[in-house]
Amino acid sequence: MAFYLRGTNVPHRKNTLNKPVVRIPCPKTVTIPMSMHIGKQSIPTVKVGDLVKVGTKIGEADGYISANTYSSVSGKVVKLDEYLMYSGTTSTAVVIEADGEMTLDDSLKAPVINDNKDLVAAIKDAGIVGLGGAGFPTHVKFDVDPSRIEYLIINGAECEPHVTSDSVTMMTRADDMAYALSSLNRYLGIEKVIIGIENNKKDAILNMKEMAQSLTNFSVEVKTLPSLYPQGGEKVLVYHTTGRVIPTNKLPIDVGCVVINCTTLATIGSYLKTGIPLVEKCVTVDGGAVKNPQNVIAPIGTAVGDLFDFCGGLCEEPEKLIYGGPMMGITFPNTDSPVLKNTNAVLALTKKEAKLPKTTACIRCGACTNTCPFGLAPASISKAYDNKDIEALKELSVDTCMECGCCSFVCPANRPLVQKNKLAKELLRQEKMKGESK
Amino acid sequence: MSSLTKLTISPHIHSGRSTAGIMRDVIIALLPVSVAGVLIFGLRALAVIAVCVISCVGFEALFNLITKKDQTIGDFSAVLTGLLLALNLPANIPLWQCVIGALFAIIVVKCLFGGIGHNLVNPAITARVFMLVAFGSMAVAAFPVDTVAGATPLSAEKMPTLITLFLGNYGGAIGETCTLALIIGGVYLLVRKVITWHIPVVFILTVFVFSFFYKGFDAVSALSLVMSGGLFIGAIFMATDYVTSPATAWGKVIFAVGAGVLTCLIRYYGTYPEGVSFAILFMNILTPYISKWTKHKVFGTQEAVK
Ligand code: SF4
Ligand code: SF4
Repeated sequence: MAFYLRGTNVPHRKNTLNKPVVRIPCPKTVTIPMSMHIGKQSIPTVKVGDLVKVGTKIGEADGYISANTYSSVSGKVVKLDEYLMYSGTTSTAVVIEADGEMTLDDSLKAPVINDNKDLVAAIKDAGIVGLGGAGFPTHVKFDVDPSRIEYLIINGAECEPHVTSDSVTMMTRADDMAYALSSLNRYLGIEKVIIGIENNKKDAILNMKEMAQSLTNFSVEVKTLPSLYPQGGEKVLVYHTTGRVIPTNKLPIDVGCVVINCTTLATIGSYLKTGIPLVEKCVTVDGGAVKNPQNVIAPIGTAVGDLFDFCGGLCEEPEKLIYGGPMMGITFPNTDSPVLKNTNAVLALTKKEAKLPKTTACIRCGACTNTCPFGLAPASISKAYDNKDIEALKELSVDTCMECGCCSFVCPANRPLVQKNKLAKELLRQEKMKGESK
Repeated sequence: MSSLTKLTISPHIHSGRSTAGIMRDVIIALLPVSVAGVLIFGLRALAVIAVCVISCVGFEALFNLITKKDQTIGDFSAVLTGLLLALNLPANIPLWQCVIGALFAIIVVKCLFGGIGHNLVNPAITARVFMLVAFGSMAVAAFPVDTVAGATPLSAEKMPTLITLFLGNYGGAIGETCTLALIIGGVYLLVRKVITWHIPVVFILTVFVFSFFYKGFDAVSALSLVMSGGLFIGAIFMATDYVTSPATAWGKVIFAVGAGVLTCLIRYYGTYPEGVSFAILFMNILTPYISKWTKHKVFGTQEAVK
């Protein structure tokens, strides 16, 4: 059955796209939380007073769905602190005072790969997690029977306003990406790769096409997608690149696809080449409150405040600080917060930019359901949630919601639609758990 | 430690569309026809518009005050209801009837059902039908106004020419005669993405096709039937009311076909000369059912994994 996936036109605000990418000088200290991914937090392997170098392991993955954590600077561990994550949970954070030398750990060397198991293990060792979004450990996605993977889809859609760090990756790290693709082809037998990019990133598209041409052993296709938010949503991307529909509560692998972000791919490549794990990120620093918005390469753990200072400081008191884009990003309370593994952007929005209209009564205009990519009916879901009507929520298939925020964005009454959807999903989850424990 | 900034759930930006903005756009879209109405029917038309708008806003403000609700007149929806009501009345209607109509639209149809978004039927249309029934003869037969002779053309012996129908220089309600001004308003609403084409186009087309057959395949007569009476104002401005029409494209199409057919049935076979208001009112009542039948299919719920 053919679907037309709707979406919404969000402002692009890609102010940083054509500016040079700069590396921030080594910060004085970095704060590296042990929980920068989905799953169990890693277990600190250092204590106060230890000397570390760039790439020294400071946290060991705790179990399968977890990730290693590495020092991003050379220096001395000065504190192991409880750190309040933006999610509201606490995590241990290792605070390292940098010596400014950025010396590499000399034990680092390119991993030896002989088969698919080695490759998955290498991705796990590198501490790589989904860098475009939630930070799901990447090795888990590849740790399947290789014959199940028909398509590898590289997410270069970057549909969020402001964020351009993935574009930077595609424009500057094609060699790393190509290296990773070759290895994935060789050891996992991946034959078909599709790179999905929104059509507002001409240079990235050109560069990726060039890369695709250089890879002759297997098929790499660059697919230009319309700039319609949320093009980068996993299910949307899979549908628009392969035509396959991922059923509700299923994963891309269930329809033969693995989706990873382009920066994640580049990071896999650089690790396989050099053995340097995930220790730095290219971060888009933007928002009306930032004097000189640009893309900055920074060690993981760098305080966001240092990034702002490096970008000329803040020209006004920001109303909101956001990790990621303004549609799905997460607010954090102050500029001491560090750059995390999955931080692709930090935004300092002004009062004016972050202004939301007053919430008023629903006028049943239908804008929410007419913009929802999946055809959900957010206004009805809100009502069902308010009535705690479990059956209606199931009927309305709230679990399909990817929380993209289109519905709230367009609602003229500014109803908290996606917010209610999240609560409704949580309600169903609890209800299910109750059912199971009975 | 730097100061704390605001923590909220995404999204952190908004499209900027607002209820008040939408209502304002509809009011702007009604300006051409309001001006045309005053030009055609004289200052008395202006008086009717003023009384309707002021009473609608007044009643809503009063209701909110008495029931201690948040004041909602700032969303302009009461202004719009008043304006729409006025445009659907003849210019020579007694002003006290306008006040009663406004009372009915705002208090009975809108506020008692819970205010904006909760009404089941369109307030302006329902008030018009109510007035037609309550004050009977007055609302319909009193159409001829001094300068412009002739009753509403649907009941008249001889139809005005197409040009007259297009420009609106004939008898009828203040806002229903000038087709040109109504189309200008409709285009504005389309451009501003306040409405989609589905309801107006399908509604008007349905009436045209029905009339074409009814008139024995005479396109000119069919066209003059389409352009007379309250069809254009009804199809563009009243049937597209969000609250009381379906949200999805298919729902809108069904709604519009239904309204078109009903309009013709009432016009050609019923006792009232004009059927648009009744037709819309009836389809308003069916809207919840149409919405149920025409819900979007949810992505990923129909397919089973192989
Ligand atoms: S967009 Fe907002 S006002 Fe319109 S139907 Fe949805 S919830 Fe109601
Ligand atoms: S209901 Fe969910 S998927 Fe649909 S627009 Fe809203 S947030 Fe996006």
